[in-house]
Amino acid sequence: MKNKLVCYFSAAQSEQPIIYRLIKNYDLIINILKADINPQKEGYLVMELEGSKESYEAGTRFMEGLGVVMEPLSESIVWNEQICIQCGACASFCPTEALAIERETMEVSFYNDKCVVCGMCLECCPTRAINLYFEIKEAV
Amino acid sequence: MAVQKSYEEINEKIKKGEAVVVTAEEVIGIVAEKGYEKAAREIDVVTTGTFGPMCSSGAFINFGHSNPRIKMKKVWLNGVEAYSGIAAVDAYIGAAQLAENDPENKVFPGRFVYGGGHVIHDLVAGQEIRLEAVGYGTDCYPNRKVDTVITLDDVNDAFLFNPRNAYQNYNCAINLGDRTLYTYMGILKPHVGNAGYSTSGQLSPLLNDPYYRTIGIGTRIFLGGGIGYVAWNGTQHHPNVLRGENGVPMATAGTLTLIGDLKGMDPNWLVGLSYIGYGATMAVGVGIPIPILDEEMLRYTAVKDEDIYCPIVDYSEGYPYCKPMDLGFANFKELKSGRIEINGKSVVTTPQSSYPRAKQIAEILKQWILKGEFELTRPVAALPSADADIVFKSIPERIPNGLVNGRNKK
Repeated sequence: MKNKLVCYFSAAQSEQPIIYRLIKNYDLIINILKADINPQKEGYLVMELEGSKESYEAGTRFMEGLGVVMEPLSESIVWNEQICIQCGACASFCPTEALAIERETMEVSFYNDKCVVCGMCLECCPTRAINLYFEIKEAV
Repeated sequence: MAVQKSYEEINEKIKKGEAVVVTAEEVIGIVAEKGYEKAAREIDVVTTGTFGPMCSSGAFINFGHSNPRIKMKKVWLNGVEAYSGIAAVDAYIGAAQLAENDPENKVFPGRFVYGGGHVIHDLVAGQEIRLEAVGYGTDCYPNRKVDTVITLDDVNDAFLFNPRNAYQNYNCAINLGDRTLYTYMGILKPHVGNAGYSTSGQLSPLLNDPYYRTIGIGTRIFLGGGIGYVAWNGTQHHPNVLRGENGVPMATAGTLTLIGDLKGMDPNWLVGLSYIGYGATMAVGVGIPIPILDEEMLRYTAVKDEDIYCPIVDYSEGYPYCKPMDLGFANFKELKSGRIEINGKSVVTTPQSSYPRAKQIAEILKQWILKGEFELTRPVAALPSADADIVFKSIPERIPNGLVNGRNKK
């Protein structure tokens, strides 16, 4: 199974090599999409977690055991169709074809379920029609 | 007998609502079905369109006078400077001008969130714009400062005057270097990670009339959602370049200077753009009708994406340092497919010009003509064509010894 999670760390937790253990001990594939630690060493990590059902559940239990608060990452990239001029520049940078061009008409569409929030589209859109919405709370 | 139609005959049909008008995309299928001669007999007008970044664009505005009057020395619209070295309350706002406080590329790559193109878009959208101006005060213009809010309705005149639009063909941009480049052709990834391109191909106005037989000074067009005219050839107009057998240039060639009343335009077709690391500009919508005077004109308008080639240019060294490199040509059909092959490597393509919007423009123009609202114009004068002897010049490198402010020392 595969999911995008926002994990909130306390100062004590951010000093531990949690990602290392998730990979090494639980055989999970991890793609870190965004991470931040504030001066108080509290922080969050947005990641995609992929593995067999057993290792996924064992991995998340491990994090729960450490007191890491986890929440599913909800809507993240928003494509504003009204602002978009359909140039298609974004599609060539999108690694997952979430932003894709229908070649017959050259029209751009956004498939939210394919998006991994890498943010490449944010830089290359000349109309600023693509925005990033993170639901990140104050560090726990 | 060979097909011959005059502008007058075509306009007569438009007035009666009998003209046959198709887009430059539709004409391709019609030719495939009926052949050139029959299609030329049936079709009266082919409409073209393009919608992409065109930096050499801007608007002249006359604000009307303040009381007391001011001779504006400097003018800002929403913080973006407009050129005011003309009469008292006239100014020219350029699409690529940045806001006074823009951080530019100080933190690279810069964002360039608001520039002259955004001001023009906001004006046309009817939004309130802050107008600031300063003057030095004269007997006839004693006022030294204006700071107010205006809308498009408040100004006497506002017309687009774009010195270079609708480039006939454009480079396919790649990056042979080893760092990411931020250019007006978009983000270019190192080691030929992608290829940027910008033209609407088979829909593009000047690619459908490659020798400017019908597009000339005075041609009435779709400009920014309203009516405009071709005022002159554009800057850097360079028609005498390498051309294919079909007459289509294989390099950047013809350009147009366009003019039109901003008050009749639509914000959907004038959109401010921000190119990361490069600057601000504006997407301009241009549509030009092409009268099918004879079979030759029909053949030109039936040009297909696969018949259009553009030169591949390196933007790490080749373009910025004017180094000629022979990197071959990219075919427009392949560019549109999403991948082209360069030196045996499959490369992702990055469009800059909006094909769907270009198609919409051609369709809107077609509807205007079908309804009898838009008649065709015979050019007042022709643009220099492929037989011209235009030399593409660069800035000379000279040492200004003996010149003070451009004048000879006494």
